[in-house]
Amino acid sequence: MKVTFPHMGNMWIPVKALFDYLEIEFIVPPPNSKHTLSVGTQHSPEGACLPFKLNVGNLIDAAKLGADTFVMTGGVGPCRFGYYGELERQILHDLGIEMELIILEPPEGSLLGLAKRIKQAASHKPWIKILGAVRFAYRKAVAMDRIEDLVHWARPRAEQPLAIETIYRRAQTELNEANNSAAIEHVVKRTREQVLAVPRKQDFTPVKVGIVGEIYTLLDPFASLDIERHLGHLGVEVDRSIYLSGWINEHIFQGVNRAYKEVKQYKQLAHPFLAHSVGGHGQETVGGTVEFGRQEFAGVIHLLPLSCMPEIVAASILPNVGRQYNLPVMTLYIDEQSGQAGVLTRLEAFVDLINRRQSQPSCEREVRHEQIVFGG
Amino acid sequence: MNKLYLGVDVGSVSTNLVLMDDFGAVNQGLYLRTQGRPLEAIQKGLAQLKLGGGEISGVGTTGSARNLAAAVLGADVVKNEITAHAVAASAQVPGVQTILEIGGQDSKIIILRDGVVSDFAMNTVCAAGTGSFLDQQAGRLNIAIEDFGEIALTAQMPVRIAGRCSVFAESDMIHKQQLGHHMPDILAGLCEAMVRNYLNNVGKGKDIQGPVVFQGGVAANKGIRKAFEQALGLPIIVPDNFSVMGALGSAILAREAVSSGKTSKFRGVNVTSGNFAATSFECSGCANLCEIVQIGLEEKVLARWGDRCGKWGVEQSTSAASGASA
Repeated sequence: MKVTFPHMGNMWIPVKALFDYLEIEFIVPPPNSKHTLSVGTQHSPEGACLPFKLNVGNLIDAAKLGADTFVMTGGVGPCRFGYYGELERQILHDLGIEMELIILEPPEGSLLGLAKRIKQAASHKPWIKILGAVRFAYRKAVAMDRIEDLVHWARPRAEQPLAIETIYRRAQTELNEANNSAAIEHVVKRTREQVLAVPRKQDFTPVKVGIVGEIYTLLDPFASLDIERHLGHLGVEVDRSIYLSGWINEHIFQGVNRAYKEVKQYKQLAHPFLAHSVGGHGQETVGGTVEFGRQEFAGVIHLLPLSCMPEIVAASILPNVGRQYNLPVMTLYIDEQSGQAGVLTRLEAFVDLINRRQSQPSCEREVRHEQIVFGG
Repeated sequence: MNKLYLGVDVGSVSTNLVLMDDFGAVNQGLYLRTQGRPLEAIQKGLAQLKLGGGEISGVGTTGSARNLAAAVLGADVVKNEITAHAVAASAQVPGVQTILEIGGQDSKIIILRDGVVSDFAMNTVCAAGTGSFLDQQAGRLNIAIEDFGEIALTAQMPVRIAGRCSVFAESDMIHKQQLGHHMPDILAGLCEAMVRNYLNNVGKGKDIQGPVVFQGGVAANKGIRKAFEQALGLPIIVPDNFSVMGALGSAILAREAVSSGKTSKFRGVNVTSGNFAATSFECSGCANLCEIVQIGLEEKVLARWGDRCGKWGVEQSTSAASGASA
């Protein structure tokens, strides 16, 4: 069995750790690129969202490298994601690529069913081994989140932000190579030391912007057109509503674990604006915006792939949240037609806007919300 | 010697240059067609500048080719067009609260309160509400674009045109022509459809309050101006330099950038004689396959951008990038 898993930002690092630990061969698809997108778009329904198209591109690439099984997470509710694994399997089948599919989800809420599927994905290795692998992989996910947070902190403050990118890339490589818990800790520690050693701008306090929205566009820099990096280089400290370990914990482990940043509280925070689930992470987006508003962030950017239903619901609610917390919110729709230049112009203008707002408290009562559609 | 500031706005359709003096007065404004060749447009514009004994002591660039222009000229400040337009409008019409801007291929709305941008929206998906479409329709009807507005103003009873999409708008206009409607009524109907489309898309949910400034190339069209006044129930101000406001904003920002006595990075007007070339290639250093654009002057590389990791950075390009983040 050669297993693969579609990309979502740094997720491949913990997933690879999981299968390495179980001594199951794991194929990391080539990173998301224009190539992935054009292959994926070619073989996907036009109305499918960007993450789906990238998934398909990843799977076709991985099959070429010899993968014969792919693992997906599932989901329930109005988001189409729950059906992606099966749809992707059928698309591959029509292309003449036969792949086994294992969906990691508790079928009808049954943890036992989930256990069975984990056991299947783990080639029926003993449970003790599987638990060890899960614990180890999860530790890597938490470590990755801590490193990302460090990078978010350091980018706007560094005199030479590119130095941070170099450290970040090295940390990704090292974390991937770390083969025990001590090594993971060591990577985080070393990365922190390296980041702190980079010369920082004098007397500079970056403005803070929260990024909320659909999980894939939040976590995958290719999908988000690298919005976190651009904001960092524009002198903005970013924070996200969802981190990888928080998502894994909520989505796969039903919240039984402890994540680096939990997502549980968002449902409660969203309640005055959106009292029930709308699928996907619509509630988390609203709750996350409330949280950033409470923490007095300077602004919030809402990311979603074009045609993402749960986030469209959230987008229509965010103006109310923005008004209540006096928080500028910018919504960016992203799909395969999105252009970097257009996104950059809007990011720059948004950063100008919040910087000027910060320096002129008189206009603080003005609240804004805008929606921008990129591409077709 | 007089101090002059040069603002350059290189957009998809037009390349605009403004020479501004130390007091903020516009000495010269140029509106040129980009025609898909921004480098040539910039050089052509520079050749037409009349310095009249003045000296350029600051340069700012904006527009979709702002980084390219900055690399070629040696700009002191690089700013996005939303900020540039807002700066110019505030200088020309103090107290402005709403800016309607319609250019060749994009349109935007900017809301200001107390002189600060508080909200904006920009639409580049659909060209139905922009200058290119008007251009195209004027061409089809055999009317000079300059006369479009005047003719529309003579309308007795504007017809309703479906303005949601330029393709449908065109077929609807042809239909109305076949029915025998008068040309002025059809043109006025088109103006109203465009304004409706703009307000429903770009302007949706925006708190539009006077004074309202209308700028961009399309502001020359009196028919559109009138349609805006009717739709908003507010007087519309079209500033003198309405077609070059982005460039004017850049010139103002350039004056700010060098105000602390800094020397301009401007390469000089003789930059026009140089042989600039823009080339692009795909970096194969990693799987990101970044598209790198490289701007060269003769044998020398002035700037490169497009890479995520920074390995293609050149000395000059970092100055442009830091300008963007300033």
